[in-house]
Formats: sequence, structure tokens, C-alpha cells
Amino acid sequence: MSNASELLQLDLQLTQGKFHLQCQLNLPASGFTVICGRSGCGKTTLLRCIAGLTRAQGAVRFKNIDWQHEKKFLPAWQRPIAYVFQQPTLFPHLTVRDNLLFALKRVPPAERRISLDDAVNWLGLENLLDRKPNALSGGQQQRAAVARSLLANPALLLMDEPLASLDIDSKLEILPYLERLRSQLGIPVIYVTHAPDEMSRLADQLVLMEEGRVLAHGALNALLTNPNLPLTQHQEAAAVLDAVIEAHDAHYHLTQLRVGSAVLLVPLSPLPIGSHTRIRILARNVSIALDAPLHSSIQNCLQAKIVDIQIHQQEADALVRLAMDDAVLLSRITRRAVDQLQLQAGMTVYAQVKAIALIPH
Amino acid sequence: MKQPLFFSRAVLISLCLTVASQLATADEISVAVASNFAEPMQEIATAFEKKTGHKAQLSPASTGKLYSQIKNGAPFEIFLSADDTTPAILEKEGLAAIDSHFTYATGKLVLWSAKPSFVDDQGTVLKTGKFTYLAIANPATAPYGVAAVETLKKLDLLAAIQPKFVQGDNITQTFQFVSTGNAELGFVALSQVFKDGKISSGSAWLVTPSLYEPLHQDAVLLNKGSSKPAAKALLDYLKSDEAKHIIRRYGYDI
Amino acid sequence: MNTGDLSAIWLTLKLATTTTLLLLLIGTPLAWWLTRTRSRLAGFISVLVAMPLVLPPTVIGFYLLLAMGPHGVIGQFTQALGIGLLPFTFTGLVIASVLYSMPFVVQPLQNAFDSVDKSLLDAAAMLRANRFDAFLHIVLPLSAPAYITAAILCFAHTVGEFGVVLMLGGNIPGATQVLSVQIYNHVEAMQYSNAHWLAGGMLLFSFVVLSALYSLRKSGGLRV
Repeated sequence: MSNASELLQLDLQLTQGKFHLQCQLNLPASGFTVICGRSGCGKTTLLRCIAGLTRAQGAVRFKNIDWQHEKKFLPAWQRPIAYVFQQPTLFPHLTVRDNLLFALKRVPPAERRISLDDAVNWLGLENLLDRKPNALSGGQQQRAAVARSLLANPALLLMDEPLASLDIDSKLEILPYLERLRSQLGIPVIYVTHAPDEMSRLADQLVLMEEGRVLAHGALNALLTNPNLPLTQHQEAAAVLDAVIEAHDAHYHLTQLRVGSAVLLVPLSPLPIGSHTRIRILARNVSIALDAPLHSSIQNCLQAKIVDIQIHQQEADALVRLAMDDAVLLSRITRRAVDQLQLQAGMTVYAQVKAIALIPH
Repeated sequence: MKQPLFFSRAVLISLCLTVASQLATADEISVAVASNFAEPMQEIATAFEKKTGHKAQLSPASTGKLYSQIKNGAPFEIFLSADDTTPAILEKEGLAAIDSHFTYATGKLVLWSAKPSFVDDQGTVLKTGKFTYLAIANPATAPYGVAAVETLKKLDLLAAIQPKFVQGDNITQTFQFVSTGNAELGFVALSQVFKDGKISSGSAWLVTPSLYEPLHQDAVLLNKGSSKPAAKALLDYLKSDEAKHIIRRYGYDI
Repeated sequence: MNTGDLSAIWLTLKLATTTTLLLLLIGTPLAWWLTRTRSRLAGFISVLVAMPLVLPPTVIGFYLLLAMGPHGVIGQFTQALGIGLLPFTFTGLVIASVLYSMPFVVQPLQNAFDSVDKSLLDAAAMLRANRFDAFLHIVLPLSAPAYITAAILCFAHTVGEFGVVLMLGGNIPGATQVLSVQIYNHVEAMQYSNAHWLAGGMLLFSFVVLSALYSLRKSGGLRV
């Protein structure tokens, strides 16, 4: 992380009316970085400042190359960035093919790493190439926009809530493409969203913003399970764990996942055995038992150690953090249960999760 | 305080009485006047009003336009043309009182330049030809244009100078071409450059009258004014020495 | 129809074509600048461009005559360049027509440029297109209908231009004696039948041009 040649270094200030952006941040120039926060917190503005579309004060340095400092401002079109906007900004007078070629033509041939065919294949555009944007669905348009951004051969890909303007079906249609990008493409991505499922499926790194400032940044699960951050206060507070598909049970329509040394049963996944995936476990779906239950409908029972317990006297519930190998799991149970079971940090307990409550990505 | 108030009331009353008495006898006369004569006519109209109380309403335009308007029912009572043919035509066409037309002024053609000592008092500058443009009024429509062409023809210079012609739509525009310096010289009306008995600026040659047909400007009583005493009175006044004095001051002969 | 009429028609078409091409060339960067700039000067320039809509043409013609004359700003400039004076020349008429028809080109273009989604320009910038590149390949094609409107309006307006030409032209056959002036001459000289032929032709021409424009616009192919 400390090697500057692998960093995107930001030190930006911007005032727009009542809004102040104040952002000092070193991000790894690799992997998928998700910027999240409420709407109006400055996520999009930050992205536009990185791109040079909005002119902020301060410095932007990417892999030891200055894009911007007091005396320099590299215009947007000269920064090796591609940008996927919230609305699919395809050029309406050009066919999908010509939209893609618009990007490709402006990259010197020697620098091209992705061919038109690759981009078309990856995003499933084979049958759409000769159509004009207005003859495509929202999801198809956004897929074409993503393909176009890849053909610009970016050293950094910025995506600003690319799924926000789409209906749920289109979202589900595009997410797998984005996951493939994440796992197959060596381009660092900065992705703005406030949707928890996009965050948990895509993020390696998380940047949490609030009112123009960076609240925290770091590895995904570390931030999700950090009790000092608002993420854990959320109804949807969850941990995201890396998992490998181990077996499918066709009879019961279940899939067996390996998470570290533990095994989890989840509803049947379409992914092949051996593939890597992630599983998001909501804190409110995890219960705690002192002994391994013998007669229970709950299929998943994981041995874990209590890290700490957050108690709010004014509320009914408590948040228990559980360590499982390296991973941290969250459990939200009642304060009454904490007292009855006399739970304390350091205790070894059994975390129980209904298989039905789990959806593998 | 009372004194002035009473005084002003008295003034107001007497003013009302004056206006009322004027209204009883005063008439309005609608006069179509060729543009070049609009200014002297305004002065004549003012003097006429002072003398008789009748008010002359002037509508200046080119002779051609006024002719078309009169033919198409314009409510003019008197027409002061820039030529002597149009009033005769109007009489013949039954739009004006028979034998009512007379020459109220004779225009004089002058070769003029806005530049001092560009035009000599013999007009020899025409022979040297040291100029790019010579402005004339369109001879197809303007009497001064006809006079200019006649003059050049008599001087045997027409063919040589014709390529240098720029034509103004009327004599006013011709004057603008020369006064702005875009044409070095041009044939304009003496009345346009004449003030207080002499050429007011630039240099000029008063074209020898024998070189062109006299530029008679005739007035005529139109049908709409034939039954109106005030209109006849104005035409009579135009023939008076008082009016003639004004007309001459503007550079016309009479 | 005499040779004077034919040469007037030819001259008019030449003037209108030259003016239209020149104005599209000048109007494009001007309209783009007006669309994009935040300069305070923009309001002033917009008003200046719109002036011909308000001022009587003969007034514009008169001031151009003054400005292009030997003592005027433009006149001094052209003399210094060795071009000489512009009134009574075809070039002078072209310049006057360009100024006079400017709002008919700049305003439709400005509206079209304005309606181009700004995010498309951001997208172009993010695909390594510089501003000129983006203008050429995005803004221009998206504004194509406005160019057709602007060209037709400019051409028709120049054909119908009269007051300015009258003031500035000097009625020189083959150089400045355009159709509208020729018709006027015929009327003034009471050659009504010649005037009727030319005026009728002009009426027909405008009717055809404007119907084409409106039917195009109605079919959704054009917006202004």
C-alpha cells in the first residue's frame, strides 16, 4: 500500500455553494474500490474531480504521475481514465458499433489492450451492434457504455452508480458482467454506489464518505464490521465473507460452501464447483448458542469466538462481533439474550444461520 | 399666493378660448411632398399656419411612391412633386383638378464633393477622371438622375464615366453616398448642400443650366382637396413672395 | 425578362450562397462560444447579433455605409489592408449580408448546441476526445437539423434583403444590383409587368423554400 507507484493519491478541496469537499486519500491503484455514502455526500463530485471533469483545488497523483497540482491541470481528455456514468451516455446519433469505435479509434494502436471483439463478447453485445441507442433497453445501453469505456484502454476505470438508473431486472442482468470485469480485468476500478448488494459483491476496498469528507477507508469486511462506523447500525448490517463452492446437492437444492475452515449450506448456486464467490450474512439472521444444537432446523452452525459486544441501553438489541478464523461475523441479538447467556468477549460460541437466509453471489 | 393662482386661471381660460376659436376656423391640409422639398415646405407650412391658422400635415416620400399612393386612394389634398410630369399625369388621369398645376420651384444640379477643392468651379474634374465612383440618382426614377445623365451626354463624357456610376435610389441617398465619402463626388441637388446663400461644405461646381432640361418641380391640387378652401389657400401662399423668399434660401430658383 | 433581370437573379443567388456558406462558417464558432461561455461579454454580443431583427434595414445600411466609408472604422481598416473601400462592391454586400442575416444562423445553432446533453460531452472527454474533436463528432452531427434550418433561413433572408443593399450597393449591374433592388427599380420606374414577373418568381421561390422548411420541421426532422 505504501509504494507510491501503486497508488492513486488524492488531496482535493472544492466548494460549491454550501457543499464542501475535503478529501485526502491514498487508494490502491488496483482492485475494486467502492465509494459509498448517502446521496449528497460528495461521491459523484469526488469522482468527477478525479476525472478532471470538475476542477477542484489540490492534487491528484496516479502511479507517480501528476494529473493535477497547484500549477498543473491535466484536462479530462488527457487523463487515462474511462468513466461510466449513471445514465448511459451513448452518443445517440451513432450505432452501438460506432459508439465502441469512437473509443477505440482514439487509442493509439500500440496501446490497445482490448479488442472490439473482446469487449463485445464480455458484455454480450453481439446482437446489438447495428442498433442505435434509442432501440436498446436501459440495461443494454449501460452494457454498451461499459464496453465503450473499456475500449478507451483506461489505466483507471471510474463508475458512478452505473446501475442506479436501471430497473431490478437490468441490474441483475449487468451485475455478473461487472463481477467478471472485477475478476478478469487488471484495471483498477473506483465504483460509486449506495446499494449494499453491489458493494458486497464487488468491493475489495471501501471508502465511506459523509458530507464531503472521508469517514473511513479500508478492506471491505473490516469496514462492514467496524462497530464505530454507521454501517453496523444499519438494519442491513452484514458481514461479507469469501467462499469457495464445494458441492451441490441436487436432491435438496442446496450448495455447500467453504468459508475458511467452516462449511455453510446455502440454496443451490448456479456456479460450478471450485469457483470463488462471496456470501453476505446479515447480522439479524445470525443467532448465538452456547452449545452446538443437536435438534434444530437451522442448518448452519459455526464455531466462533466473541470479539466484543456493543450494547445500547436504550434499545432492545445488541451487536455481537464473532471471529471465525480471520473473518469477522456480525450477530444482532436482544440485550436480554446477552444477559441470559451471560455472553462475554473471549467466549467460544456457536453462530447459527438458516440456510434459507443466505444468498450466495 | 392668491394672485398667481388667479393669474394662471385667467391664462388657462384665455388659452381655451383661443384654441376654441382656432378650432372653429382652422383646417388641416394633407400634403404629399417630394422628399427633397420637405424641409423648405415645413418652414413654409409654419409661416402659413401662423398667418391663417390652417395646419399643413406633410407626408414626405419619393415622387414615384407618392404617385402610386395617390393612384391607390391615399387621402392627400395637395401634391408637391419633384418633377413636372407626374402632376400633369395626375391631371390627365382625373386624380387632380384640371389646370391646377404650376411650378413652385426649379431645382439646380450641382457636382459636389465632401472633400474641399476636389471639384473645381468648371467641373474639369470630370474630364480628368481621377475618381473611383461618381454618384448619381437613378435616372429611371429620379429627375436629378436624368439631369446628371443629360449633362454628361452634353459634355461627351457619358460613355467614359458610366462605368464609375453608383446610383442612389433617390437624390437623398445619392447625397449620402457622397457625404460619407464612399463616392468621391456626385451630382446632387443644390438644395442639399446650400445654406445661407452659399455651398456649406466641401467643393462644388454649379452645373451650367444649359446642360440639362430645367428641373421644374410642380405642385397640383388633388381631387380630395379641390373643395377645400384651405388647400387652395396653401397653394396660393406657395406662390407668394414670402414663400418664394424661403424657397430661394434653400437653393432653388423660382 | 431582360439581361439586367437575369444578371440580377444570378447575382442574388451568388450573394445568398456566399453569405450562407460564410455565415455557417462564422456562426458555428460564435454560436458555440455563446453557448459555452460564462463571460459577461456574451450578453452584449448576443444583443449585437440580434440587432438586425430590430433595426430597419435601411438604418443598418446607412451605418454600414458610414462604417465602411473612408472615415469609418471598417473603411480605415480595409484601406490600411490595401483592399480599398467596400461600399458599391460585391464584397461589401457580402459583408453587409453576413451581418444582416447573422441572427438567422446564430440563433438556431445556439439553440441546437444548447440542447445537446452536456453529459455527452463529458463522455466524449472521457474517451480521449478533446473539445474540438467532441464538437466535430458529437455536437455537429447532433445539430445537423439546425444547420439545415439555419442555411435555409439565411439563404431566403439574403435573397429577400433589400434595404441594406439599397443603401450600400449603388445599384451597379452585375456587382450590386440584386433581385430585390431590380424589382424595386421596375416599380419605381413604373415598369409594372417586369416587376410582376420578378416579384412573382420571388414569391414562388419563398413559398417553396418555406413550405419545404415547415414540412421538414413537422415531420420531426428539424427543430429550431
